[in-house]
Amino acid sequence: MSMILLAEQVLNGLQLGVMLFVMAAGLTLVFGVMGLINLAHGSLFMIGAFAAAAVAGATGSFLLALAAALAASAAVGALVEVVVIRRLYNRDHLDQVLATFALILIFSEGTRWLFGSFPLFLNIPPYLAGPVSLPGGIEYPMYRLTLIAVGLLIALGLFLLISRTRLGIQIRAGENDREMIAALGVDISRLYTIVFAIGAGLAGLAGALVGAIQSVQVGMGEPVLILAFVVIVIGGIGSIKGALIAALLVGLTDTLGGVLLPALFKQFMEASAATSVGSSLASMAIYILMAVVLIWRPTGLFGARG
Amino acid sequence: MITMTRETLFNLAMMAALILFPLWAWLADEPFMITLATKAVILALAGVGLNIALGLGGLVSLGHAAFFGIGGYAMGILASHAQNYTPLIETPFLIEGTKSMPVIWLVAVICSGLAALAIGALSLRTSGVYFIMITLAFGQMLFFFTISWPAYGGEDGLSIYVRNGFPGLNTLDPIQFYGICFALLALVLFFAARLARSPFGLALNAARQTAERVETVGISPYKLRLTAFVVSGMITGLAGALFADLNRFISPTMFSWQTSGEIMIFVIIGGVARLFGPVVGAVIFIALEHLLGGLSDYWHIYLGVLLLLIVLFARGGVIGTLTGREVAHD
Amino acid sequence: MKLKALALASCMAALAAPAMAEGVKVGMITTLSGGGAGLGIDVRDGFMLAVNQADRKDIEVVIEDDQRKPDIAVQLADKMIQSEKVDVLTGIIWSNLAMAVVPAAVAQGKFYLSPNAGPSQLAGKGCNPNYFNVAWQNDNLHEAGGAYANTAGYKNSFILAPNYPAGQDALTGYKRMYEGELAGELFTKLGQTDYASEIAQIRASGADSVYFFLPGGMGISFLKQYADSGLDIPVVGPAFSFDQGILQAVGDAAMGVVNTSQWNKDIDNPTNAQFVKTFQEAYGRLPSLYASQGFDTANLLMSAMDVADINDAVAFRAALQAADFDSTRGAFKFGSNNHPVQDIFVREVIKEGDVFTNKIIGTALSGHGDVYAADCKF
Repeated sequence: MSMILLAEQVLNGLQLGVMLFVMAAGLTLVFGVMGLINLAHGSLFMIGAFAAAAVAGATGSFLLALAAALAASAAVGALVEVVVIRRLYNRDHLDQVLATFALILIFSEGTRWLFGSFPLFLNIPPYLAGPVSLPGGIEYPMYRLTLIAVGLLIALGLFLLISRTRLGIQIRAGENDREMIAALGVDISRLYTIVFAIGAGLAGLAGALVGAIQSVQVGMGEPVLILAFVVIVIGGIGSIKGALIAALLVGLTDTLGGVLLPALFKQFMEASAATSVGSSLASMAIYILMAVVLIWRPTGLFGARG
Repeated sequence: MITMTRETLFNLAMMAALILFPLWAWLADEPFMITLATKAVILALAGVGLNIALGLGGLVSLGHAAFFGIGGYAMGILASHAQNYTPLIETPFLIEGTKSMPVIWLVAVICSGLAALAIGALSLRTSGVYFIMITLAFGQMLFFFTISWPAYGGEDGLSIYVRNGFPGLNTLDPIQFYGICFALLALVLFFAARLARSPFGLALNAARQTAERVETVGISPYKLRLTAFVVSGMITGLAGALFADLNRFISPTMFSWQTSGEIMIFVIIGGVARLFGPVVGAVIFIALEHLLGGLSDYWHIYLGVLLLLIVLFARGGVIGTLTGREVAHD
Repeated sequence: MKLKALALASCMAALAAPAMAEGVKVGMITTLSGGGAGLGIDVRDGFMLAVNQADRKDIEVVIEDDQRKPDIAVQLADKMIQSEKVDVLTGIIWSNLAMAVVPAAVAQGKFYLSPNAGPSQLAGKGCNPNYFNVAWQNDNLHEAGGAYANTAGYKNSFILAPNYPAGQDALTGYKRMYEGELAGELFTKLGQTDYASEIAQIRASGADSVYFFLPGGMGISFLKQYADSGLDIPVVGPAFSFDQGILQAVGDAAMGVVNTSQWNKDIDNPTNAQFVKTFQEAYGRLPSLYASQGFDTANLLMSAMDVADINDAVAFRAALQAADFDSTRGAFKFGSNNHPVQDIFVREVIKEGDVFTNKIIGTALSGHGDVYAADCKF
């Protein structure tokens, strides 16, 4: 395997990783601050993609589409938090699983009712289309490079938000001691709504960004949801830093596993059998990674709480 | 002396309904209603299995589809070899496929028990949310494995053309097959009720509440939980074998995380740690699916809203709401 | 049950008509909810269009949603056979659901007319005289892809498909006809949405052409990412990734791509012209491949009803086997295993005004059957 191909695959793994991070960041915040398992996080990803496709179709502007995705998913997130999620904080995880599972059903079929059963069109804007040449002779799509950059910027923004702002202090305090910050006069229910809306907005933004190179369709959020859970569990629940490292780990494992494992098996197996065995193992790779990490560190890489 | 609590009365009524409804369907010549009832009973059995880990042991497993699927594939693999007259293994010794239900059940229970032992031994090192997620990971591993494993149909699944046999009964007759499934459910319910009151069940319950308490009397909570997890997986595996026989078909969807979620939903709808919780939950879910399915193309919305209402306003599940807030564990 | 679509000509006539003695009851099990609903809706709409146009009182259609779940499909089939007492089953979109339902249904003496799925097992050793496929055997469009590659002069193809049985059949089908070398062969994950890694391997392989089978959303993702990668190696695929339903979602990325299909809206015969026109009038959108298959399935069924009684299974089977109806594809007949023998065309994606669609640019295979027919012994 050539070095160029390998380098390109590493970039692909990074790109998948940062997008997983954007998706998982909200999930891990909600989990860390409110202790809530939100299965409907994937639906917010889908809502972002659909909002972007609708606005891009109407206005032709990709930036407006991204803004719409962010706004629509954050608004839906805030609404859902006030109407439903708020009643679940004091319940056990089981009730949360059932309630947010019900939300998936409602969001998925509601979206299909609004937008129809066929996939929608959302494309890369012309100024980001096509490949660019990188040092070493690598031809790499401009848009994917942009995704990597945007993802890293969002990560940086989140770190600053958490470490430098008043909201960030409240979030960190909320993760550690809920009663204390309520006693200090912070409006805890407002804080929760804001955190949930931020998480939802990030999921929606990820949906729109990824939707431009994928298929915008009902149910697109569920596979990503499972991956995002894998990420936050490996990273340790509630840890933004853990989520970033785990997301890159999962992105690289998934991408490189799909390339390297079949090649590895070809060393000592017949070609088509090697492809088949290698691909099977590659599709299990991230779950094996997760199981190994949890057996080694039962609360994830950077997790404190069980 | 036995006092009839409201919950006991409710359970007896449920048992009666599970006998009377199929009888009515049989007399009214509505075989599909019997099929629906069979599905509910089998899924209830899967739920009763999960409830031992979940309700009694406090182990929230989102990976029970693994055992359900292993039970199903045990049936599919054995029956497909029997139907094609090809042996399962030739070396070192000959193993033939079989179409006999009791043998298939035994294999399904043993295989899912062994899988539960391995998965449980590793997963129980974690707790809380991490436990939910690691069990999910094991389920997903098996899901992707069966999809890309071509020998037994991969993603297409595998059809068994004729339902497997049970000595002395005609299993193709819907009411007789229902009888088999119902009898198994009744047996397992009896077992689960005894288990909850046994020293093992009491210790497990204590470990769920405060692990230190059982440790101080010299019992290892890890071993208690692992035992509960294995028993739980075995029962769900048995349900998987029956479900495969109901459909005469197996496919990787049996392993999907949605299957795990659905089994868990039966337990929650009915009431966690209630003996009949999974039974009530499965019956309600199947009935909703059947009744709402015809309302519109978008019936999932109605199902979602109903589930949401149940979880928000019927705390302690349907049984908890109907019979009052009696303590579930005693 | 509830979704019962009574296709009786009109309500007035139905009230006056006596109880149907000689009628045929059809059970349609298809995917109407969730991600794959577009295909099922098209098959249903095409089928019902033909039934409504025929304006006859002796056919009743019961429609149910299988949610793309095999176990639900099996239970619906049980219900339709046991409770609804249907004579004919149809509608299933996916091969794995067909494998779950068809063998048991035909074993119980019902007829099954497949409007979409054509798994190889049911075409070869597992064939059944009561099972008719009105679409294609799964390999067909891929074989046409291989044949096209030969005429286009491709010598070094890169081929990829998801790692599941229909994907493995697809690549087998392509290789059966294709005479050149393989630059690479890849199995992707089912439901995969990111193909960056595969595209990188295509780039590195030195291939002169790419053949892919990635149905549904997978194909949309692949085409968009491929177009953006800057690769200009020609891509060929089966019609599934270029049908009317999803083409708009692929957009410019699909322009000019060659694909293989047994149907297109510009096939020049009166039935097809009429079908395309009335479908648009009835549903306000262009028909897809799947809609044409649903339409042909209904017309095949009604052509058999004209000459034989459903209760006389032997005569009805012979009437179906004769395939004496005007199909939207032109020449259509059944091979010895009740699978189509038909022309498979090469299409190219074009833009008509604002709408992406296909036009036929040649014929890949004429009067093509399938290789499994030899294994089929009724």
